[in-house]
Amino acid sequence: MKKNIIYLTIIFIIIIIFTLFYKGLYKAKTYTPNELNNKNLVQFSSKDLFSEVETNFSDLISNNKFTIINIWASWCIPCRKEHPFLMHLSKNSKINLIGLNYRDRSNNAKKFINDFGNPFSTILIDPDGTISIELGAYGIPETIIINKDQKIIKKFIGPLTNKNLREIEQIVNS
Amino acid sequence: MKLKKFIFLIILSTFFYQGDLIANNNNVLVNKISKNLRCLICQGQSVYDSQSDFAISMKLLIKKKIEEGNSEKQIYEYLKNQYGEWISYDTEINQKTYLLWLFPLFLFVFGGILIFRKVFIN
Repeated sequence: MKKNIIYLTIIFIIIIIFTLFYKGLYKAKTYTPNELNNKNLVQFSSKDLFSEVETNFSDLISNNKFTIINIWASWCIPCRKEHPFLMHLSKNSKINLIGLNYRDRSNNAKKFINDFGNPFSTILIDPDGTISIELGAYGIPETIIINKDQKIIKKFIGPLTNKNLREIEQIVNS
Repeated sequence: MKLKKFIFLIILSTFFYQGDLIANNNNVLVNKISKNLRCLICQGQSVYDSQSDFAISMKLLIKKKIEEGNSEKQIYEYLKNQYGEWISYDTEINQKTYLLWLFPLFLFVFGGILIFRKVFIN
């Protein structure tokens, strides 16, 4: 009787461990905490990619639009994949889309924009990547939605998808 | 004249040595802090160990913050505020982490009791 209980317990533990590992196979590999939203935006300034004029980010935020920051780089392959989605978002009059070019060569970044189109109203550069870290970014591409009170209301880590696009449009239209 | 030159050289070298010393101290602190932070990309590694772009950017940011006069504690607080408690390997004791801290202690005590019973009572 005692042996049976031990065997059953061992089998039970093995089943639990197996289930946990099996579920883990299909879960996202990177963990992102939930406490990223509703934060005040860090104020920063940087040079414009094209004009090279030092620009305050707060000057770019307009009071009657949602501001979306997209962190991208020409060397980032997923950024190419999400670019058509950004082009689509740029047509929305309620959105002010600002690009933050992460650790990139100026020529490559400009070529990327020339080849694939420019969805951004302004592109600021982040040559050493520290602005992105100050914004609390996890990787590139990353898209941050800011409301009119300059609060981060949503982050999309990784390339945008159709589902994300619908979500953004829902937020903007609400 | 020679003495003046000599004194001038000593002052100059002390000045450079001090600058070097401060830079070295800052680097030591950057390493210390980055060893205690989780890399955002390779989450099994510390920021110190990782060579990912974001880890490099984070080390640069830590260095900037130190040069701006922020203390080690302030930098941790700043990063925790940006990324959540999760970024630090030094987990705080709070409601969410009671189980994490107390379970090993519970296992230790429970194991100890089992061993005690086995050795001394049986």
